[in-house]
Amino acid sequence: MDFQPVLTLLCILVILAPATLFALLGLAALFAHQLSENTVSRATRVAVIVGLLASISILISMLSTGKHHVQLDLGHWVILSDEHFHFNFKILFDRLSVPFAILIFSLCGTIGGFANSYLHRDPGYRRFFFLFSMFLMGMIATCLAGTIETLFAGWEMVGLSSTLLVAYFQERPSPVRNGARVWTIYRVADAAFLIAAVALHHHNGQGDFDGLAGVGDWPEGLATLPSDQALFIGLMLLIAAAGKSALVPFSGWLPRAMEGPTPSSAIFYGALSVHLGAFLLLRASPILEESAFVSAAVLVVGVVTAIFAALTGRVQTDIKSALAYASLTQVGIIVAEIGLGYRLLPLAHIMGHACLRTLQLLRAPTLIHDYHEMENAIGSHLSNDRSFWRRALSARSRAWFYRFGQQRAYLDAFLNEFIVRPFLSIFRMFDTWERRWTDFLSGGESRVSDRVMPTVEPIEKTL
Amino acid sequence: MTFSSIPWLELAILFPMIGAIWLVFVHEHDTARSHQLTFSWGTFIFASMAWLLSGGAPESPINSDPERMVSLTDGFFAIDDFNAPLIPLAALLWLMTALGTLGTKPRQFSFSGNLLSEAVTIATLSCTNAWGIILLLGLAVIPPYFDFRVRGNSPRVFLIHMLLSLGMITLGWSMIDAENVSGPHSTFAVALLMGGIFIRCGVAPAHCWMTDLFENASLGSSLLFVTPMTGAYAAVRLLFPVATSDQLYFVMLMGLATSVYAGGMSLVQTEARRFFCYLFLSHSALVLVGLGVANPIGITAALSIWLSVGLALAGFGMTLRSLEARLGRLSLREYHGLYEHMPRVAVFFLLTGLASVGFPGTVGFVATDLLVDGAVQAYPWIGMLVVVAATLNGIAVVHAYFRLFTGHRHAVSIPIRSRPRELTAVLVMSSLILLGGIVPQPGIASRYAAATELLKAKGVLPAPHASSEKHRSGDKLSVSVE
Repeated sequence: MDFQPVLTLLCILVILAPATLFALLGLAALFAHQLSENTVSRATRVAVIVGLLASISILISMLSTGKHHVQLDLGHWVILSDEHFHFNFKILFDRLSVPFAILIFSLCGTIGGFANSYLHRDPGYRRFFFLFSMFLMGMIATCLAGTIETLFAGWEMVGLSSTLLVAYFQERPSPVRNGARVWTIYRVADAAFLIAAVALHHHNGQGDFDGLAGVGDWPEGLATLPSDQALFIGLMLLIAAAGKSALVPFSGWLPRAMEGPTPSSAIFYGALSVHLGAFLLLRASPILEESAFVSAAVLVVGVVTAIFAALTGRVQTDIKSALAYASLTQVGIIVAEIGLGYRLLPLAHIMGHACLRTLQLLRAPTLIHDYHEMENAIGSHLSNDRSFWRRALSARSRAWFYRFGQQRAYLDAFLNEFIVRPFLSIFRMFDTWERRWTDFLSGGESRVSDRVMPTVEPIEKTL
Repeated sequence: MTFSSIPWLELAILFPMIGAIWLVFVHEHDTARSHQLTFSWGTFIFASMAWLLSGGAPESPINSDPERMVSLTDGFFAIDDFNAPLIPLAALLWLMTALGTLGTKPRQFSFSGNLLSEAVTIATLSCTNAWGIILLLGLAVIPPYFDFRVRGNSPRVFLIHMLLSLGMITLGWSMIDAENVSGPHSTFAVALLMGGIFIRCGVAPAHCWMTDLFENASLGSSLLFVTPMTGAYAAVRLLFPVATSDQLYFVMLMGLATSVYAGGMSLVQTEARRFFCYLFLSHSALVLVGLGVANPIGITAALSIWLSVGLALAGFGMTLRSLEARLGRLSLREYHGLYEHMPRVAVFFLLTGLASVGFPGTVGFVATDLLVDGAVQAYPWIGMLVVVAATLNGIAVVHAYFRLFTGHRHAVSIPIRSRPRELTAVLVMSSLILLGGIVPQPGIASRYAAATELLKAKGVLPAPHASSEKHRSGDKLSVSVE
């Protein structure tokens, strides 16, 4: 019996389910149509269940037929044949993307159900679910992308939805400031990614991962790029991954992102989004194989991030930040595993860690209650013995580490002081020169906008 | 009488001109407003028919027969692959602006002047005659000049730049015209032409007229003066055919420098109009970058960005205008929290802003990717700087969104929600932005056809066979100038 048509249908369903949900909620938002909470919740449930069942069916089919690599070519999105330029729309089901897709649908289904109760009658309910659908669509597009351009499209959608969800409580300036910070870091990461994508497309003549892998399916594929090009593209991808997964030196945005509602913190920064950088490195692993330097850089970034997050996480005073740094510690270790050349181990690590952290973040609002229950169960207070490090280190060293952790390794201060501030100062200086020039030409005050009086803060605070 | 036998293009120019004269005699504001809208609709329909019948429209639903299209001007105004979509786009911008003009604005809004500037802009974008283009560029300066005067603001910065630009273009083209050589033209003549066009395009450091225009003229007329990008049109029609590859490389460098500079400047602006102006400058300069790359992909990208910027940033500007109509000039130093009152405008603001920076699924995505790809093919580092500019703009757009729509609970004593006409404009623009992003192939293919025509006419690509040459109205080719 030929299973190909069924398999094709399943593949299409996996991408169509979240796309339909996104289109439905997006059009409702654009036309300001107020869908009822029930409709939104049902639509989300149906999309997630259809996508999940289709993904599981594909996994079963792949296991039963021994086919580890199914690619669905949905045709050219843009083609200029004379210039050999094409944007292919390809979906790739392999040993990396299928488990990841199942993970995405499972966790999004869980979080969707949780959020439905958590945000019941909240004024931003529909906005949340619209952004949630954008996130789901972006994650699925990223994970199943058969070309680097498709991956980039999904990557951007994840970034935007994350940013807007960090700023979900938008009547207050603080979440908005944090959202702007997250977006800024994401844009830097996106820029690196776009450069890598274009360089890959340019050198390879195509953006297909099949072409990139050269020989063999993931995780055995080997890149066909020369090592100098692999070095450049690999480093760009590492910057992109570092931005998206909050690796050092971009870690400052992670605790800020916890300003969003708990369901989005759980799904984005505990479970899925924070692993996207690691996923990218896994997908581009044939490039890492080509350049020992890039692999070493990945290892170093991973180890440094894990140490930094472990130290910083210990001095956090709120549960969401503590969990964010705990999550980052594991992501650092996962990245280090990738740098060491492992492929299936980090994938398994991601799956397990994402599930655990989702559970922890969803329980976070009831943490004190949970502690009381535990203490009631054991009949005494939980142990607060002095740890090994507390005994081994002097008070002065511990104070140093405490300050280091409290200041989050001064990473934000470093970026602000040495990158953001000088950059903005230069452009402010140009702005002053322009004012003088137009004042001179017009023979008086040329800027009406000077009379538009400000009240609050400059952009540095936002960034 | 068939569709082709009607001179649609000339009608698209003549109709708003008649409207401008008609409205001089209409003194009642509401009537004038409604008549202006009718004339704008008519112009848009005529311009669209000209586009559809020219064969320049991808998948044109009407059987086009360009050779049978009637021209009353002996090809002085002509439609070809390059300008075909620019003409209905310009008409659409005027129509959407008219739709989005609130009933409270008419007393400050010159309906007649608005239609006159529409006629001049459409004429400019249709003109294939070099002297005609220069004359029309000069005429286009008049409506904004009167806008300055009406508001009691000094037009000196604007006028100095415009006169200098027109002078340099005129002098440069006179010298080129007089040389009449088939080889490279004298560097001085091309430099004069280039300088004039740079000023008109707002290339840094000669861009201050644009910020001054946004500062001191009305937002509506400033938008309509800059968004059709007539300066870039002059660059394609006048400069591109005569510039050598080194000169085009310089055009690209200047465009790139402007794009990055304006991207950085947009981040430090504290007022919405100036912010928009720099955002626009940063994007419009990318058109010059694509032209300077001078390969088929780069020019396709430039022409695609032209359309995406026209749509996206005009829509973005319209949302700002809609906000200004309610709240006055907007400071970006504080949070305004307008989302609660105008959610659809907020979504549209973000959508247009992101479309302009090439967000996936919007009209700018493929255009930006093409530009980076085309630039990387020619000069790898240029592609990277284009990405830097897009990154700066992306940060600035979301920063402005947060400042205007979030961060604060905005209390109002009267409703400030959007009116149905404004929402119609918003939805039309949104649909085009999304449609162009989801189904980009027809648009890109049409721009590619225009790009290859430009390169063939320049001699960079092999000339087409005589039998395959496309003649539109009149006897002019796509880039020929007299």
